[in-house]
Amino acid sequence: MSEASTQTVPTSAKVVVIGAGIVGNCLVGHLSRLGWTDMVLIDKGPLPNPGGSTGHASNFIFPTDHNKEMAFLTVESQNQYIDHGLNHTCGGIEVAREPQRLEEFKRRMTSAKAWGIDARLVTPAEIKEMVPFVNEEILLGGYYTPSVSVVDSLATGTRMRDEAVTAGHLKVFANTEVHDIETEERPGMLPKVKAVVTSKGRIEAEHVVIACGVWSPRVAAMAGANIPLTPAVHQMADVGPIDVLVETNTEVAFPIIRDMDTFCYERQSAGSMEVGSYAHRPILMRPDDIPSIEASALTPTELPLTYDDFDPQLEQAIELMEMLGDAEIKYAINGLLSLTPDANPVLGETVEVRNLWSAAAVWIKEGPGIAQLVAEWMTYGYPHMCDPHGSDISRFYPHEKTEWHINARCSEHFNKTYGITHPREQWASQRGMRRSPFYAREEALGATFFDARGWERPQWYSSNEKLMAKFPDACAARTHEWDGRWWHPVINAEHLQMRASVGMVDLTAFNEFDFEGPKAMEFLQWVCVNNVDVPVGRSVYTPLLTEHGGFRGDLTIQRLDQHHFRVITGAFDGGRDSYWFTKCLERFTSEHGAGSCTFTDRSQGMCTIGVWGPNAAATMAKIVTDHTTAPYDLSQDGFPYGAVREVYIDGVPATMFRISYVGENGWEIYTRMEHGLKLWDAIWAAGQEFEIIPVGIGVYAVTGRIEKGYRLMGAELESEYTPVEAGLARPKVKSADFIGKAAYLAAREEGPAAIMCTLSMDSQRCAEGYDRFPTGGNEPILTLDGARIVDTKGRVSRVTTAGSAPSLGTYLLMAYLPPEHAVEGTKLQVMYMNECYPVTVARVGSKPLFDPDDSRMKS
Amino acid sequence: MRVLVCVKRVPAPGAKINITADGLAVDTAYLAFTTSPHEECAVEEAVQLVERHGGESTVLTLGPAEADEQLRYAASLGVTKAVLLPTDGGDWDPQRTARALTEAILSIEAADGAFDLILFGNESADSGGFQVGVRVARALGRPVVNGIKGIDVGDGVVTAKREAEAGMEVYELPMPAVLGVKEGINLPRYPTLKGRLASKKVDVGHLEPHAEPGGQSLVTLARPAEQVSSTVILGSGPEAATAVVDLLEELGVLK
Repeated sequence: MSEASTQTVPTSAKVVVIGAGIVGNCLVGHLSRLGWTDMVLIDKGPLPNPGGSTGHASNFIFPTDHNKEMAFLTVESQNQYIDHGLNHTCGGIEVAREPQRLEEFKRRMTSAKAWGIDARLVTPAEIKEMVPFVNEEILLGGYYTPSVSVVDSLATGTRMRDEAVTAGHLKVFANTEVHDIETEERPGMLPKVKAVVTSKGRIEAEHVVIACGVWSPRVAAMAGANIPLTPAVHQMADVGPIDVLVETNTEVAFPIIRDMDTFCYERQSAGSMEVGSYAHRPILMRPDDIPSIEASALTPTELPLTYDDFDPQLEQAIELMEMLGDAEIKYAINGLLSLTPDANPVLGETVEVRNLWSAAAVWIKEGPGIAQLVAEWMTYGYPHMCDPHGSDISRFYPHEKTEWHINARCSEHFNKTYGITHPREQWASQRGMRRSPFYAREEALGATFFDARGWERPQWYSSNEKLMAKFPDACAARTHEWDGRWWHPVINAEHLQMRASVGMVDLTAFNEFDFEGPKAMEFLQWVCVNNVDVPVGRSVYTPLLTEHGGFRGDLTIQRLDQHHFRVITGAFDGGRDSYWFTKCLERFTSEHGAGSCTFTDRSQGMCTIGVWGPNAAATMAKIVTDHTTAPYDLSQDGFPYGAVREVYIDGVPATMFRISYVGENGWEIYTRMEHGLKLWDAIWAAGQEFEIIPVGIGVYAVTGRIEKGYRLMGAELESEYTPVEAGLARPKVKSADFIGKAAYLAAREEGPAAIMCTLSMDSQRCAEGYDRFPTGGNEPILTLDGARIVDTKGRVSRVTTAGSAPSLGTYLLMAYLPPEHAVEGTKLQVMYMNECYPVTVARVGSKPLFDPDDSRMKS
Repeated sequence: MRVLVCVKRVPAPGAKINITADGLAVDTAYLAFTTSPHEECAVEEAVQLVERHGGESTVLTLGPAEADEQLRYAASLGVTKAVLLPTDGGDWDPQRTARALTEAILSIEAADGAFDLILFGNESADSGGFQVGVRVARALGRPVVNGIKGIDVGDGVVTAKREAEAGMEVYELPMPAVLGVKEGINLPRYPTLKGRLASKKVDVGHLEPHAEPGGQSLVTLARPAEQVSSTVILGSGPEAATAVVDLLEELGVLK
């Protein structure tokens, strides 16, 4: 039924999906359910197994993930496999050989609690009871998840494909290779996808989806687009038959074992055992080097096992299960799968070609859910089921899409597949890609640099360690190594010194987008929630919404001239925001004309320093002039909060923007890259009499921000939440129309199902008698009875940001709470590393805990 | 007893074999390597003979340094010793190969004692010359029979069987003897994990081959024209049954 009998493809279709693996198959099924009727699915291989990664997958699902997006999509996918009756629950045990793994299991228990996954810690004896052939003597313990399952991904894909075919919405062509993707050049806009040229004919298409797994970059390149992933080897051997497995007379009778510290798994497969490894050296390939179907001994993604890489794992496998030693190696492959630079999928419309979609780098465990997510994205303009920012293909900057970067990062994270990765963990490879003009000064001041999408940003400075004696109470070391990893107590000293006098922060990683033209204001009014029609020299903070009313972005806009606006957005949002503005602008200019508004990305040419603290104004007053060298009026009256001014700083032309993300009086100061060092030196010299210090992002993004309750895109602000829930709804709604307005008005009417709150930890003392410090990695907020808190829309209350509040002498957490819990003074708990700690709701909504009336910023 | 089995490293291609640009080799960039199915059976037979009669087995190959993989694979199945006659990877014709093997066999036998039985695969999987075993046997002055599908070792005598049109041909050869083994004589085992690990510890002996080239040389490799297959539809539904039965009878599946 699946395969169209005709050998010639139709001449046109609404959408052509390329690739009939788990993603492409489920995608056409979901698109069909969402009302898409004129679809074509092609694959160069035969059905039901065209020879991609789906065909050789081990097909098991361990649902626990620390990442919210991936955890949600995995559980959602498992539910879809269950709906098809193609999910066999067998349970799974992650086992520990090393003590630090037991710590990781406590963290996994915490994430499982957050996502509502049943899990428990088990002893070696309990492991032995469930899996009698395990050598429990080498194990320290386990993390048992009863819902771990094995799924039939090929059959699930076939069902979804057949569903669309039966509905009359889909034609399927196997053994059909893509030779080209034609695009249509459009003046002033991105090219748009036009047709897919295949071995069985040409199909004009409005949309094309690349769901080709390891081949995706090659297919994308045909259209001039870039899907940043690399084929990489995962080694797997099927060994057996083994009597104890044969006797079960079933596919999987015993829980699947993940031998976490050797990066291996043992999964029963009928009478045999599949032993898989993520422990070997990273073995990356180019998509063009994957053999053809005809030239492959098995399939193109089942390459011959390179035994030398696998031998150490054989020994470890025998150590864990002695019976494996006498089992025969029947089938062994270097199986290909897709890796991306940050290990997340690459989903959404490509940034190079309009209506060309990527649905790639997806594992079996999350395939059906991601297919639904992409189908919703194509249907509604943005997914409804969850926020996709971690997987959004537009998140990458150009340097992150090079083979150089992909290979370096994939080589680095491959062996972390089963690794223990800290939420603040830093990349070791591809560092130093983007440096501000201040880099040399920062290095000399002992900066510890963190990577912000290629930018080297000081997180803290060792030059400030002398201040730790000045603020000893705030600068205690953290007892548990995990809590103190990628952190330094000097951050709190920087925080307090900034609040006591003045500090300077490198903010060069900001993106600056200029919008100019007679209708620039009109355009931004349409994209932004808040009224951008402010006087020249003023600014506005605004969310950007999806049509559904959730956060699509959050940024500030400066009005530099009547028809010139500058958007300032963060390093982690620049790619997605740039994509969104570009897409919206195409729609806008197609109605209003090409010259009505232009978009120029100025980020590469600009650098930024934040100067904040009670002495910020005194510092800057020494060096800021107008063009005549006359001192500039920096008073709150002459230069009020939110104002933007063109000035000269020790002769350097600069833009000063009176604003703060840390709750202090001061400015973000912008200048061109080439003036940057001069600007830094001028401010540094002027601030010496006030003991000015360099302040790292540890203060800017965490301690300073959390004391003020400022929200961060990607943490507190996601498409799942509305401005009403985030506490960012203004008293009035502007009259002009804007994207998401109807949904926004409805949300204001409806009221929040959850409200962003700031919680204070009442005690951080753990059972072992020392203080713990949640990292802000989705730790669940629980009732006093230890129950999860889920709002009426099914969203769980979890920590979105956590950090010290040195000026308040407490440790703060941000979390959405349903109205019944979002009451100041309410006592709740937070789970961290599988222990519960008492917390109090300290603030409901956006009013800051520190300096609630913002007097410091405005005096 | 002492059994020697000789094998050859060959690529394990898919349906389509790609040839290198110079036309002198198979493009093996992403191919695995193996031995011919006949040789896999010869190795299995050697292991079984020693399991039954005691003694030891040795595997011998002439090939590039990478042929160590095929020797260790044989070792992972239970072959006791392994010897490599390293070449620079170029093509060796059957005469030259046979001379080198003969020289090596004599050298091994001089050190460790004569082999009662030397097994070859019936032919190699790549060049399929059917020559080397016969040439070696002749050079050693030992009896040889090819196409063997059954081996029985008695007292100083080996009984070897091979399929003939109307039944089985049965040969009795005095040992030492040489046999060319054919696929189907046994079902070769897979290596066990322990066997794989043990094979890594086997000390592979190296003997430098010095044989002069023979008269055959590789000029070029070419792919045959692609065969266009045509599909004959036998019918559909129950009406097709007769045609299917006829075809199955014609193919000898049904008798």
